[in-house]
Amino acid sequence: MSRGVHSLWMAQDSVDKIKAPHIEYDLLAPTLIVIGAAVLGVAIEAFVPRRHRYTAQVGLAVLAMAGAFGAVIALAATGKGTDEAQIAAMGALAVDGPALFLQGVILLVGVLAVFTFAERRLDPVAHGKQVDSFAAEAAAVPGGKAEQAAVKAGFTTTEVFPLLLFATGGMLIFPAANDLLTLFIALEVFSLPLYLLCAVARRKRLMSQEAAVKYFLLGAFSSAFLLFGIALLYGYSGSVRYAEIADVVAGNPQHMTPALADTMGNDALLLIGGAMVLLGLLFKVGAVPFHMWTPDVYQGAPTPVTGYMAAATKVAAFGALLRLLYVVLPGLKWDWRPVMWGVAIVTMVIGAILAITQTDVKRLLAYSSIAHAGFILAGVTAANEEGISSVLFYLAAYAFVTLGAFSVVTLVRDAGGEATHLSKWAGLGRRSPLVAAVFAVFLLAMAGIPLTSGFAGKFAVFKAAAEGGATPLVVVGVIASAIAAFFYVRVIVLMFFSEPRPEGPAVTVPSAFTITAIAVGLAATLVLGVAPQYFLDLAGSAGVFVR
Amino acid sequence: MNPVNYLYLAALLFTIGAAGVLIRRNAIVVFMCIELMLNACNLALVTFSRMHGNLDGQIVAFFTMVVAAAEVVVGLAIIVSFYRSRHSASVDDAALMKL
Repeated sequence: MSRGVHSLWMAQDSVDKIKAPHIEYDLLAPTLIVIGAAVLGVAIEAFVPRRHRYTAQVGLAVLAMAGAFGAVIALAATGKGTDEAQIAAMGALAVDGPALFLQGVILLVGVLAVFTFAERRLDPVAHGKQVDSFAAEAAAVPGGKAEQAAVKAGFTTTEVFPLLLFATGGMLIFPAANDLLTLFIALEVFSLPLYLLCAVARRKRLMSQEAAVKYFLLGAFSSAFLLFGIALLYGYSGSVRYAEIADVVAGNPQHMTPALADTMGNDALLLIGGAMVLLGLLFKVGAVPFHMWTPDVYQGAPTPVTGYMAAATKVAAFGALLRLLYVVLPGLKWDWRPVMWGVAIVTMVIGAILAITQTDVKRLLAYSSIAHAGFILAGVTAANEEGISSVLFYLAAYAFVTLGAFSVVTLVRDAGGEATHLSKWAGLGRRSPLVAAVFAVFLLAMAGIPLTSGFAGKFAVFKAAAEGGATPLVVVGVIASAIAAFFYVRVIVLMFFSEPRPEGPAVTVPSAFTITAIAVGLAATLVLGVAPQYFLDLAGSAGVFVR
Repeated sequence: MNPVNYLYLAALLFTIGAAGVLIRRNAIVVFMCIELMLNACNLALVTFSRMHGNLDGQIVAFFTMVVAAAEVVVGLAIIVSFYRSRHSASVDDAALMKL
């Protein structure tokens, strides 16, 4: 045994045996473009004069996201998502329908996020310069002398754009990861920039820093669980490759060794390892009981970051969760399905009930995102092809609604910045009917009212869950939707049917950036709701994982 | 020595780390406990690597070290800025946001 391991390092002919890895650059183009642009963004921070950085960074970020989206479309058009789905980069990444579909959604959301990040009309002009939602100098103590000097000098944190690109790059890899190591690295690559982005709000920075500390500590805690789960699954199967683990779980490994025969018999390794990896992923999607961070982080983070995080993280994490459950652990279906049933039920119910008690718009949307995670989990438990395609469709619908809703939240302002307390939103529909109507459409979509994307999405996941034999789950889901509809409608009633307060907030007119983000979110919500069939077919044709 | 003992040690270290995260109040100490959990993962990975006689686990362990280093950079930046604005690194003080 010891000789066997030793010879791995000492073998004379090992030099000949190491072959250069074969990388399919064309298949990985979307990810490579985004990560490359992120590195370029860091170089811009180092070499471009301060006054040109904003333009350069915004242009680069938009170009990179659009270029990567074009690459995704090109891959999908040449059949890489359907007939020619394959494993790339020496088995590390899967290029298949779900991966390309989710990468497309993440990139579209990413472009809109760049727009909301770049918005400079909302905050009042400081020292003759237009400023964005991010701190003048994030390292300076809020309210301290260094910060005042930075504000006076007109500094801005343009580093947010490379951070956004790095996070997007990690999210592109996450749903495509085809081994446990890539899964872990992708998780960290998108999480670390998000922790930082949470901390750099221009206003209410104490809350912003607090959100970052909470998100960071809990996020690192959960990724440690994920890593220990990876170690145990590796111990069980002797491999980190998804396909090889699935073979070992199914009981017919390709290369049998005495050590493998020993560990294969140990179900504790498999069950505990699988549960810990699931825990790490459920934390990222914000499912109960791992949801505690969500409201605080969503409230404290700068609102453009919250919108991006709520939309894109959920898409990426559900993609990874689907692949893990459907590719690695289908052999454990009878073990994970009851667990996911339970998680889906408590997530839907607790998310909907706690949302009723909220008095802050951002917290309300945070709890609503928890409830949505429960609805999506109901689709995940279906464990059939319908389950995959309905979850893909729901994620696309949800991402645009969420980003649009948070973009509207950035517009409603008073002297202290964004007025997020619900009481301040009273009578908004009388003062600014257009903005209130747009927000009402987003709320109705979240509630799942027909002719909005939320209805089509909910119908798809509940149908898939019912066909997968989870009828009780569907009943609970419909009840939770009804509870959730109550508080969405309550906000609409508050906006349109109550008297505006004399000292209430005003709606700031944004630049074309935020208008575009909201308009695209609104258009996606209505199109996916009125004519969902094309997109349901698209998700359906993308709904097969490659192994 | 039976390599399984190292797995017991890894599980023990992981548990100590997890308990520390839940019990300790100082953000830096909480973070150190998380690092302990990551190192427990590394010990488990190299032990399994040795048991299976392949290198996958050791490669994962290398990546984990790099990730842990990157996490230290980001984490300390956040915790230090948190401390500088409040003169406290206690996670109990992070209570601006309530229902």
